[in-house]
Amino acid sequence: MKTLVLAEHNDTNLSAATLSVVEAAKQLGREVDLLLTHNSCTSVLEEAKSVEGVSKVLNFSHEKFSSEVAEDVAACVVSVSEEYDFFLASSSTSGKNNLPRVAALLDIQQISEVTDIIDEKTFKKPIYAGSCIATVQSSQEKNALTIRTTSFDKAPNSGGSASVEDKEVPEADTRKSDFVKNELTVSDRPELTSADIVISGGRGMQNGDNFALLEAVAGKLNAAVGASRAAVDSGFVPNDYQVGQTGKSVAPNLYIAVGISGAIQHLAGMKDSKTIVAINKDEEAPIFKVADYGLVADLFEALPELESKL
Amino acid sequence: MKILIPIKRVNDYNVKVRPNQANTDVDLNNVKMAMNPFCEIAVEEAIRLKEAGKADEIVVVTIGDDKHQEQLRTALALGADRAILVKTDNPVQPLDVAKVLAKIYAAENPNLVIMGKVGIDGDHNQTGQMFAALTGLPQATFASEINVDGNKVEVTREIDGGLETLSAEMPAVITTDLRLNEPRYASLPNIMKAKRKPLEEMDLESLGVTVDKKVSTLKVESPPERQEGVKVETVDQLVDKLRNEAKVI
Repeated sequence: MKTLVLAEHNDTNLSAATLSVVEAAKQLGREVDLLLTHNSCTSVLEEAKSVEGVSKVLNFSHEKFSSEVAEDVAACVVSVSEEYDFFLASSSTSGKNNLPRVAALLDIQQISEVTDIIDEKTFKKPIYAGSCIATVQSSQEKNALTIRTTSFDKAPNSGGSASVEDKEVPEADTRKSDFVKNELTVSDRPELTSADIVISGGRGMQNGDNFALLEAVAGKLNAAVGASRAAVDSGFVPNDYQVGQTGKSVAPNLYIAVGISGAIQHLAGMKDSKTIVAINKDEEAPIFKVADYGLVADLFEALPELESKL
Repeated sequence: MKILIPIKRVNDYNVKVRPNQANTDVDLNNVKMAMNPFCEIAVEEAIRLKEAGKADEIVVVTIGDDKHQEQLRTALALGADRAILVKTDNPVQPLDVAKVLAKIYAAENPNLVIMGKVGIDGDHNQTGQMFAALTGLPQATFASEINVDGNKVEVTREIDGGLETLSAEMPAVITTDLRLNEPRYASLPNIMKAKRKPLEEMDLESLGVTVDKKVSTLKVESPPERQEGVKVETVDQLVDKLRNEAKVI
């Protein structure tokens, strides 16, 4: 039996999350194959072949994969499922959307947000928004795991030489959703979940325009810009900026939290960062409890000064 | 149009849940329980569809012991018409929940199923997708906007890169994200009225679903605590620490 990883990409590159899932997959001690659904994205296929540790790329190329619908992806996975006893995807919105559908079709109770693979049946995962860590054990012959990517290194996307097997794309045998449109945030900043440095703003930013102050610092540091749920709910920035339990999990080398009080659900998404800086005018803010360096200051003075000194 | 809303009883989201002394599970003794926030959003959305004249019946369902009546009564007070309690004293995992819901779906024949994207207890984020798979229905997860037009529903989804819009013919399954709506509070008269709304009970076994503990919990621990660091006085000191001590810039 082998391990199958559901690959994610943006039509040009493989997602960094997928590289972490491959690294996690290697720990299961089986051959690792990558399942790729795409619409003639040759650059993604080339990159998939080069990922270190991947034996074979299952190549599902079809026009309909110019957008990704869970019903179609699940049908592809099920069509090749016999050879595999592990099905892995990242805990991105794509993995969370697709893998439970696959798991149910294969009568598997999925294990979500795995942060540690202890052995091939035993895993750790956060529960209650990261307040507790559960060690769980599966009694199933086949397992489906979504992987918390910040808990695993990335497999190198070069040096591998996987074979490619072209696959017939099955028809989803159910009714399905149709893709209408995407409204993706365009930014020349690094991607939030793979950036080395992240600077995030919270309710203390007061409005969306003030995020320009964060952008200016981010520009100097080549950092990604994130936000707390409070900032997103207040309409300062779009939803895809959100770091936290219900947003993205990040674990950069440096995380700078500005005007963020440090609600548990935010901490759940960033406390694995290597170095944490908190800038907040309230010295009692819980964010200081997890910060390596805390600066009690008015962010409207501190941010321009920080920018000028970098 | 009939809408089915599966809901879940969980800890109140303001309560920080801790492991029990033996580290075998979480300690929920004396913890205030409530309807899962994402389920509240699902109930609210159904009520808004009814108020807009697009839905005429809202049925809520949950699985668990007698205490789960509380959350069903809450949903009835908010505006649901009818409730179903599938009774069991055992914990059920998402795949089993999806199987039970598939039975309820077959009996009720709703046009739309709206449910929370995730329970804030187990953090699984699976049940909606699994239910859609088992019933062969289209799925639109993590919804921040729902538009019903005739027998079609258009759903804007919150995805990692921004937003995505899907369209599906009903019946379909939608899971809710945070920004879909802001749930209302139940008024006192409606809480009183909810006591007289129908709440049907059935045993889980009577549905012919075998609950099967495929994943067991061996241990529950607190996460490793991060050491509190130091306070710096000035931006200069901060930049110095980041450059020369942490060496991250």
